[in-house]
Amino acid sequence: MNMRSDEKPIVRYRNIRKSYGDLEVIKGIDLDIFPAEKIAVIGPSGSGKTTLGRMLMTLEEPSSGTIEVDGELLWHKKVNGKLVRADEKHLHKIRGKIGMVFQHFNLFPHMTILRNVTEAPVRVKGMSRKEAEKIGMEMLDKVGLIDKKDNYPSQLSGGQKQRVAIARALVMDPKVMVFDEVTSALDPELVGEVLNVIKEIAREGKMAMMLITHEMDFAREVADRVIFTADGRIVEEGPPEQIFEHPKSERLQNFLSRFMAKV
Amino acid sequence: MWNRLDWDWDYTMQFLPHMFSALKVTIAVTFASFAVALIGGLLLAMLRRARYKGIAYLAGAFVEFIRSTPLIVQAFFIFYVFPISFNLVLSPFTAGVIALGIHYSTYLSEVYRSGIDAVDKGQWEAAKALNFSRMQTWMRIILPQAIPPLIPVLGNYLIVMFKETPILSAITLMEIMGVAKQFGSASWRFLEPVTMVGLLFLLLSYPSSLLVRYAETRLNRQRGS
Repeated sequence: MNMRSDEKPIVRYRNIRKSYGDLEVIKGIDLDIFPAEKIAVIGPSGSGKTTLGRMLMTLEEPSSGTIEVDGELLWHKKVNGKLVRADEKHLHKIRGKIGMVFQHFNLFPHMTILRNVTEAPVRVKGMSRKEAEKIGMEMLDKVGLIDKKDNYPSQLSGGQKQRVAIARALVMDPKVMVFDEVTSALDPELVGEVLNVIKEIAREGKMAMMLITHEMDFAREVADRVIFTADGRIVEEGPPEQIFEHPKSERLQNFLSRFMAKV
Repeated sequence: MWNRLDWDWDYTMQFLPHMFSALKVTIAVTFASFAVALIGGLLLAMLRRARYKGIAYLAGAFVEFIRSTPLIVQAFFIFYVFPISFNLVLSPFTAGVIALGIHYSTYLSEVYRSGIDAVDKGQWEAAKALNFSRMQTWMRIILPQAIPPLIPVLGNYLIVMFKETPILSAITLMEIMGVAKQFGSASWRFLEPVTMVGLLFLLLSYPSSLLVRYAETRLNRQRGS
């Protein structure tokens, strides 16, 4: 279906299922994401798209199935040819290749903006504070917030907070980054500045991005491939033109028409 | 001649110096057991959030057990039973610090827990997404947010523990109540020593509680509430 079959995926979901009690929210999903590929995941609320990203970030454990990151199993280890649940050490190792930006920013309120951005490289990667601050300043510059470096998160607008959160995730240099409805908690007039920053990062290109979003125009502009999920399954996927101009399934047609009607 | 409500100043002057030096013991045992309770309470609160449910359950059971039995019984066990059962002989001071410290660590664990629960769950997730270890998440992200709002409550517990120390006279600790009992039982005059004990506690507790209240208003102002 895509033109990258010669390339090794950076993320590979295989027959992933997730249940909460009796409620199955992900009902068997297979998905490959290739290095530097930008995929947008769209679909109605409750379709499981956020869970998909959270399982990759190791915030939720799949009920069954496997996820591979950069050729290695994420949640499992192979012991004597059998899959066993990975320990924290293994998760820690693989997790370093994944980054995430959250709907509600989740900045650390007790730290300055610069500290928010530099704390993880110093503590997790063992970088010197000086080095971390150099990279941190670069990233703050990239998101246009270098003048806020000594402020605290409570002094920033929602859009600014989210840009800091993006810089904070970028500093860790992940191979794949999950953007989980990053504009859903923002006032409408602040959405644009955040999307522009993400577009800019997408243009630079080297990192794979999983954009879980309700912003259809944004998905269309940035994504190489669009995944439409509904009822815990991937119903349709393809390049943005195909998904938005020539949706095949009735589910997607209905979703898009309802979406356009709302806007 | 049995008028025991006549205040005897000579007698008072006789025991008061002993009481003042015992006050040092009272204060020392208060701070030492408060330190035990601060650290023990934090550990218990953290264990109750351990990834391994067995550990979390054990910590919870320990808290319930300690909170449901009287401090004086625990102190007796540590001071009188442990030497025989475990061949562990402790001074009254050490036994007192352990008993009072552990007893109150269970109360403080609840205080910490309320503070920890008040930290947004997104903070844990962000820390995980940045690959902080569990310990780093506690130390760098969660506790610096959870603890500052608790300072007034912790301060109140310091005062409560201070007022609990007379219980330790039951395990022969010579804090001020111990001195009062000693003089009282020797002379059959309890009025003066017990009054002085109460007065000393009042003189130290009340200003301390004002201090805690002051810290609380300052903290609230800082947090803009």
